[in-house]
Amino acid sequence: MSVGIARPNALTGLRAYRASLAPVLSVAGFLLVWYIGAEIAQSRMLPGPEEVLSYVVDEALHGDLLAELGITLWRVAAAFVVAMAIGSVVGLAMGELPALNRALDPWVIVLLNLPALVIIILAYVWFGLNEAAAIGAVALNKIPNVIVTVREGARALDPGLDEMARAYRLSFWSKLRNVTLPQLQPYFAAASRSGISLIWKIVLVVELLGRPNGVGFELHLNFQLFNVTAILGYTVAFVAVMLAIEYLLVQPLERRTTRWRNKPV
Amino acid sequence: MNDARPAGATSQFEIRIKEKTHIGADGTAIPAIRDLVLEIQSQSMTVLMGPSGCGKTTLLRIVAGLDDRYTGEVTVPESARIGMMFQEPRLLPWRTVKQNIELVAHDVSAADLERLATSVGIADMLPRYPQELSLGLARRVALARAFATRPDLLLLDEPFVSLDERTADRLRRLLIEVWSARPTTALLVTHNPREAILLADQLVLLAPRPTHVVANVPITVPQGERDAVMVEEIYADLLKRYPANFAVG
Repeated sequence: MSVGIARPNALTGLRAYRASLAPVLSVAGFLLVWYIGAEIAQSRMLPGPEEVLSYVVDEALHGDLLAELGITLWRVAAAFVVAMAIGSVVGLAMGELPALNRALDPWVIVLLNLPALVIIILAYVWFGLNEAAAIGAVALNKIPNVIVTVREGARALDPGLDEMARAYRLSFWSKLRNVTLPQLQPYFAAASRSGISLIWKIVLVVELLGRPNGVGFELHLNFQLFNVTAILGYTVAFVAVMLAIEYLLVQPLERRTTRWRNKPV
Repeated sequence: MNDARPAGATSQFEIRIKEKTHIGADGTAIPAIRDLVLEIQSQSMTVLMGPSGCGKTTLLRIVAGLDDRYTGEVTVPESARIGMMFQEPRLLPWRTVKQNIELVAHDVSAADLERLATSVGIADMLPRYPQELSLGLARRVALARAFATRPDLLLLDEPFVSLDERTADRLRRLLIEVWSARPTTALLVTHNPREAILLADQLVLLAPRPTHVVANVPITVPQGERDAVMVEEIYADLLKRYPANFAVG
């Protein structure tokens, strides 16, 4: 029996070790395939990982890489905040007010399906090649997704808790903060998750089309120079930042906001 | 306790509902309440008893101000504080027990909260989350929450339904205890005749839908002095006088 008590701990340790090993192995495998592919191709069109990595280090230390990453990151953050704020308010209102939902629904569908490029071009044409147009265009692409997700959450609100809040005469803000928003939390998380990936993609297009800096601009520049090493270098740096945000910011935040869940009795 | 209470808020609540109709899923109108008149005595326990589905919960929701689609008049002052216990505990799972109570009773002092929690036996549970509690404990929290607002009107909608009989009985005694220590105008709804007889100062018998008041039976013995024998005696008597209301139980 004493073995029986000791084993679960050893097993959990092993499992945790295996769990952390899996993503590392998967990335290492990818690098290996890339390396072999580059060795076989021996082409300027497919530089190997070590070449790309040394470009990234060099650009970071002596070039503009960090500045370009920074400006792109700022645009992502600004577009994300604007889209989440507007999308959440409109989505919640549409979920709670059927008349508003009927009035706005066609526009949500149009925006949801309109190609990002159309919105970006029109934003630049109408509002000029400036920062506000760029961020606004990205946000506008993202807003309908937030609306649809949050609206779904607003429709799934627990009517029992709503009655409780009304019977106890909670104020509008108190009800919003204590009753409504916590119920929408998983929907905000879903909207943020799908939203941030959409914004990463669209921000680069916006930069490519009309900004004089940022990762998208650099990619465009290096495309014209046919510098694949630089293109891959910027991509790798960009992916690294994205993963860092996912693992260091998004996931810990999710764990924190859902800590009341699934507590054992 | 609270001088800011407007005069009259604690006096009497009057309910006159001419007609309340539910619209069914297929669009047909189902009359739920018709010509119901009821006066609730202050600082007494009025128990509404009627068969399942007769519109008791509907009536309670109207009194609580949760439903205003009816004709008639319910005089519950806008400023009246309501404490309500629902058929389910309806606690916020993302707030601790303490936060759940403080949310509806902002001005409750730490000492009052502690005393109330002790009197319903949840003092140790204050820092826990509702999902860690059994249904019986969660009901106690809901009871504490209802009293924490120091309500002018306490509404209890079958508060002990779906508990095992022992737990339900303990909670009924607990309700009497807490309620006797803090005399409050209370309106309780149940379809359990023994529960009704145990708790009521005024026992109001309701007809099947469309519901109205069949009889208003005062029970003068203080709740604390009613034992099982007395409850059975009153039950037998009422069964004789109102067979339609008590036969089904």
